[in-house]
Amino acid sequence: MNTIFQLVWLVPLLPFVGFLINGLFRKSLSKGMTSVIGCGVILASFIISLLLFIEVKAGNTQVITLFDFISVGTLSIPFSFQVDQLSSIFLLIITGVGFLIHVYSASYMHEEENDHFARYFSYLNLFVFSMLLLVLGGNFVILFIGWEGVGLCSYLLIGYWFKNVNYTIAAKKAFIMNRIGDLGFLLAIFWMINQFGSVSFGDVFSKAPGEDVAVITGITLLLFIGATGKSAQIPLYTWLPDAMAGPTPVSALIHAATMVTAGIYMIARSNVLYSISQFSQDIVAYIGIATALFAATIALKQNDIKKVLAYSTVSQLGYMFVALGMGAYSIAVFHVMTHAFFKALLFLGSGSVIHAMGGEQDIRRMGGLSKKLKITHITFLIGTLAIAGFPFFSGFFSKDAILLAAFEKHNYIIYGLALFTAMLTGFYMFRLLILTFYGGFRGTEEQKHHLHESPAAMTIPLVLLAILSIIGGFVEVPAAIREGGNKLTQFLAPVIPIATGHEPVSHATEWALMALATGLVLIAVLFAFAKYRKYTASETTGFGKLLENKWYVDEFYDMIVVKPLRWFGKKIIVFTESEIIDWIVNGVGKLVQLGSRQLRLVQSGQVGSYVLLMVISMLVFFVIQFFVKK
Amino acid sequence: MKIELYIYLAIALFCIGIVGVLIRRNAIIVFMCIELMLNAVNLLLVAFSKMHHATGVATNPNAGIDGQLFVFFIMVVAAAEVSVGLAIIVMMFRNIHSVDINFLNRLKH
Repeated sequence: MNTIFQLVWLVPLLPFVGFLINGLFRKSLSKGMTSVIGCGVILASFIISLLLFIEVKAGNTQVITLFDFISVGTLSIPFSFQVDQLSSIFLLIITGVGFLIHVYSASYMHEEENDHFARYFSYLNLFVFSMLLLVLGGNFVILFIGWEGVGLCSYLLIGYWFKNVNYTIAAKKAFIMNRIGDLGFLLAIFWMINQFGSVSFGDVFSKAPGEDVAVITGITLLLFIGATGKSAQIPLYTWLPDAMAGPTPVSALIHAATMVTAGIYMIARSNVLYSISQFSQDIVAYIGIATALFAATIALKQNDIKKVLAYSTVSQLGYMFVALGMGAYSIAVFHVMTHAFFKALLFLGSGSVIHAMGGEQDIRRMGGLSKKLKITHITFLIGTLAIAGFPFFSGFFSKDAILLAAFEKHNYIIYGLALFTAMLTGFYMFRLLILTFYGGFRGTEEQKHHLHESPAAMTIPLVLLAILSIIGGFVEVPAAIREGGNKLTQFLAPVIPIATGHEPVSHATEWALMALATGLVLIAVLFAFAKYRKYTASETTGFGKLLENKWYVDEFYDMIVVKPLRWFGKKIIVFTESEIIDWIVNGVGKLVQLGSRQLRLVQSGQVGSYVLLMVISMLVFFVIQFFVKK
Repeated sequence: MKIELYIYLAIALFCIGIVGVLIRRNAIIVFMCIELMLNAVNLLLVAFSKMHHATGVATNPNAGIDGQLFVFFIMVVAAAEVSVGLAIIVMMFRNIHSVDINFLNRLKH
């Protein structure tokens, strides 16, 4: 028993305390105090997480039960935390990247009013609290509490500027879309309770192999529905691009680096279940690749800097699901990690650009910013190289590992589509980079005059994340490059058994695949340079217009779900409201009026009639007593 | 004498009392009818008391005595009630120069 495990409850509790202080005293705290508290608690959590990680790396893992949460009949759900290889990695990502983003936010949000500033930080702390609960939870119920908590924070932060009606609509959309997925998750939990009589990871995973495969398939598919909601996969992905209504650091933290990877975490955690059901794995993989490709095509034609990044996030999440579906769970976690680095970097970079442009987000009106925003430009370039998968950047290793996983499974359809998506990724990311930073400036004179590099509190996180984006991939260098590679997979092996049963490809093939992927991405990038070097804004037509309008998916959903639902609701209003409910309410009133009108006659004031009534009722009671009631 | 005869007499007295209360409007008559009902009950009590005494005296020399005790209570209460009731009737006559109870419907106002 190591003492550091005694402190694990502090990891989520500290951000929660930060949330309470910032939330309750938001009117009296100064901005400086708020940022110190907001960032400090996350830093403290990060340090404890680091200590935990060191302990876990030494081979100690533990499930810590704090108290009984639910105890009904034979079902007992403890409030327990599970510290192991998987959760400690996520702890580091959440608190580490979270801390950098908190620091960045302190500067980015500085123009907000005092109490709104504190409100922002309290939400952000609450989010980190929920996310930590999610990854630390020792059973599915605690995981679900965190799951709902992050959904709530996501809603609160997307609608942070609540005076803008469109933003609140986007917030509601995110919340409702998530709720649809959560229903699946909840059903899966109920099913598990019914089937295994327990929801703790240990029990479920040890009992699962003896169960009927059909049952496991059902549970895993329901879990996957939950994951499609939270992790923005087809068909529930449409909320994520709209979630960009929130402040940019929020997009970086919640809608790119951490929350949206909750689905990946959950499936990686339940890898035992998914490995049993081949069907569920296939579904995960195909949904993943479809989302990756679909979102990448949309990203090609988006003009809002954050929307491009949002669709690229959806696309990268699709990649992670492909890895999960291929049974390469540790690779999915690896991609979560590298993606957290470079996507947080890109989002914060875009925040810096938006900051410099005075709120402008349309890349058609940017250009040539590399001269004024030197640090932002360099770091953004690193992020772009990383996501596009340039050799030896972090994204290169994780993306190649995913491609390799598909190749090893001989699933060449997915391999080909993933490769094509990688090309698209290179293309749209460089389109974004070129339109933003190179060429001539296309904005107004006023904006040009206003251009400036962001303050140090914003650039330092950028630089740190850029460094992580470069070196982050080296934790899982493939064995082909360096003997004794695949460190991360080895590290995660106690939680995620290393897949066996298929022939690993030879190192020569691996090199060839890497070269192929790199070459194709390079071609795409060069094509992007050729196309957008000399850019003039023009109307898109035909296929491009289809992409620009996101394949009209939102309109489609509007038509087949929202409109019928509204129509149905209206009918219900007319029918239930005015026919049934009104009838009941008015009926009660009428009944009382009518009854009282008749009853009033009894109260005549005539003593004789009172006595008569008394006698009659006495007789009635007499008759009942002696003749009826036997 | 058979107990049934006492019961018939008591029922007759009681019914006369009730009918009198219901149909007569003179307050004094109504009052007398109430007394009639009370006395019908008294009569029953005494009759039953006597009956129980006759059957139970072998085991208990005081059998049935409580019935007679009740009668005394009722008589005391009736006397008190009469004094109050007559006073009310006197006051009523002083105020409205009538003892017709239908005039009392003004109680409701």
